[in-house]
Amino acid sequence: MTDNAKKIKSEKKTGSTISRRQFTTGVAAAGAVASVGPWYIKNARAADPLKVGVLLPRSGGQAQIGIDCQRGADATLPILKNLGYPEMKFMLADFETKVDIARTQTAKLIDEGAQIIVGAFDSGATMAAAQVCEQRNIPLVVNIAAVPKLTGMGLQWVFRNFPHGPMIVKDAFINQKALFSMTGHTPKTVTLMHVNDTFGSSLAGALFKLAPKFKMPYKIVEKISYDPYGRDLSAEVRKAKASGGEALWVVSRLNDAIMMTKEMVKQRFEPMGIMSTGPGWYDQEYMKATGKFGDDVISLVPWHDSNKPLSKTLEAYFAKHHPNRQVNPNHTYTFEGIMIAADAYKRAGSNNAKALQAALRTTNITNNVTTAERIAFDKTGQNPHVKNSAVQNRGGKNLVILPKSAAVAKPNWPMRPWRKRG
Amino acid sequence: MDFWTLANALATGLLTGLVYGLSALGLSVIFGVIRIVNFAHGEIMVMGMFFALIMFRWLGLDPLLSIPLAAAILFVFGYFLQSTVISRVAHLPDHMQFLLLAALAVMIVNACLLIFGPDPQAINISYSFDSFDIGENLIIDKSRAYAAIAAVAISGLLLGFFKYSRTGKAIRACADNYLGAQVVGLKVSHLYALTFGIGAAVLGAAGCVLLLLIEVHPYLAPGYTLLAFVIVIIGGLGSMTGALVGGILIGMSEALAAIIFQPSMKSAFSFGLLILVLLLRPQGLMGKSVK
Repeated sequence: MTDNAKKIKSEKKTGSTISRRQFTTGVAAAGAVASVGPWYIKNARAADPLKVGVLLPRSGGQAQIGIDCQRGADATLPILKNLGYPEMKFMLADFETKVDIARTQTAKLIDEGAQIIVGAFDSGATMAAAQVCEQRNIPLVVNIAAVPKLTGMGLQWVFRNFPHGPMIVKDAFINQKALFSMTGHTPKTVTLMHVNDTFGSSLAGALFKLAPKFKMPYKIVEKISYDPYGRDLSAEVRKAKASGGEALWVVSRLNDAIMMTKEMVKQRFEPMGIMSTGPGWYDQEYMKATGKFGDDVISLVPWHDSNKPLSKTLEAYFAKHHPNRQVNPNHTYTFEGIMIAADAYKRAGSNNAKALQAALRTTNITNNVTTAERIAFDKTGQNPHVKNSAVQNRGGKNLVILPKSAAVAKPNWPMRPWRKRG
Repeated sequence: MDFWTLANALATGLLTGLVYGLSALGLSVIFGVIRIVNFAHGEIMVMGMFFALIMFRWLGLDPLLSIPLAAAILFVFGYFLQSTVISRVAHLPDHMQFLLLAALAVMIVNACLLIFGPDPQAINISYSFDSFDIGENLIIDKSRAYAAIAAVAISGLLLGFFKYSRTGKAIRACADNYLGAQVVGLKVSHLYALTFGIGAAVLGAAGCVLLLLIEVHPYLAPGYTLLAFVIVIIGGLGSMTGALVGGILIGMSEALAAIIFQPSMKSAFSFGLLILVLLLRPQGLMGKSVK
């Protein structure tokens, strides 16, 4: 019998291979490793890239806007690296412009290891994502979504750096009054057209609720809601024309903005002006599709401040990487959404969800791109500092006309008749 | 609501309805003869739209001028689809045929996504923003008017083909009496493939026409498949004139619903009309009752 065989035989007899002394030494060693472990693990995590789930509509009716938002997200990688922010890894998800898909895609992102979610452009989809994030205790940084209840129902994991409906409407009223007083042309009646989805309905609801408080000089004579997946908007525009409103206020998106403009021109509907509080009308795809007929439209939307240093950096990035696109809110608010996540990760020093949530609550970024003086969140998770501007389309460009402090041009109001545009 | 607003809405509804009718004709032709419900209907039409888009982008060709080529290409596609794939499942239960065509629909959507991407794509032709003035108050947009004229012309050609040509009569014979057609020596499998090809060609033409009115993107298809079902069920499944009548009814009811009530209720009216027809005349307005 060899020595090894003898040893095995002896172990079988005793039924154990570890002596009491070996066990005590082992426990002591394990304790020592355990005491050092959390420190070691925490620092290892901080050195890892933050896994950011970027949830956007990359296909379906809002695909163009989702893809545009992604351009803003992509810009963060080189720019934030230069500013000393930690490294991030994007996990991209597409909710196909469908609310139910937004829910499953958010859950999938979290299952696959996303440590923070940024998105989702659409109010309904963002609400769905917020519910999943709340259940799973993962922070959601909202890039664009205006539905008020997103930050009004006590959610603990949702942080929104975008104005909600009443904020947008309040700023729109202020800018409208300034516009009418500057130009000396005030409409007596206004027709409102809005897309019949979470975003459009909530904004139109806020508009109706707040209009009396602001004592606007006009009366809203007709409120026309239309299907977000409508094939044709000829009847909608005809109804708006028949309503007799002097000016048109629209809450819509890109595809419907294009269809609406075409119909207005064809039906010879000549309002005093078109005011939009939504995406689409300032978009380059819109101006490309409508040409000279896209000019003079005024968008009352959150915009960026071109005078801020980080805005200049972002504009330089776009001039280099996307020379045919101007910086717009899809880019700036998605850029800031990612920046907020990176900032929280930097200050938390960890990708732990609780630590990220605590860091997000104490966010205070002043080197930003939008007109907000700072990015900070109140108890509800809303950034109360975000503001709107009035931007007019002119010759394929977006020019800020209000507030006066950020204006680069004087407004064209009333807008020029369709048939008198060169 | 004044008279001219209603008149303008009805005129637009009529023109749009004619285009809807053309798009539903393809479904009706195929079902009327082969008795297969084409679940890839909208997807084949979207193929036609993308073809017209390519022709416009590459050659600057007006979508109306792309109709013959689009119809020819989709005819070949339809012919081979029927003779090589669909004919092999014709003896299987209905639900298996449905699944085959639904699978084809998914494949077409994904192929379009791969090639063209998800973005809606529009064309801007010289008359995109123009209208005709009829009198002082009636305004008809040019794109819609041209699209409707093309729809009527294509529908007329198709009806003429089935009524007067020898091949058309042979196809109708197959539809009326399958066994009888075989007994008199008609090559039924060839005629079936021809019918599917004609149905697909009509969809190609409808796609070209529709591009004048709306932007094209791959996700457009399911909505138009559903719309075509609603139209042919209202008009009578298998009836070509029924498809045109159904299209006009849907176009006009949508236009009126939007003007009189709320535009967001347009679809509700279409489906309301469908339910009404199913309750009062299940075979459709122009369909034959089955005893």
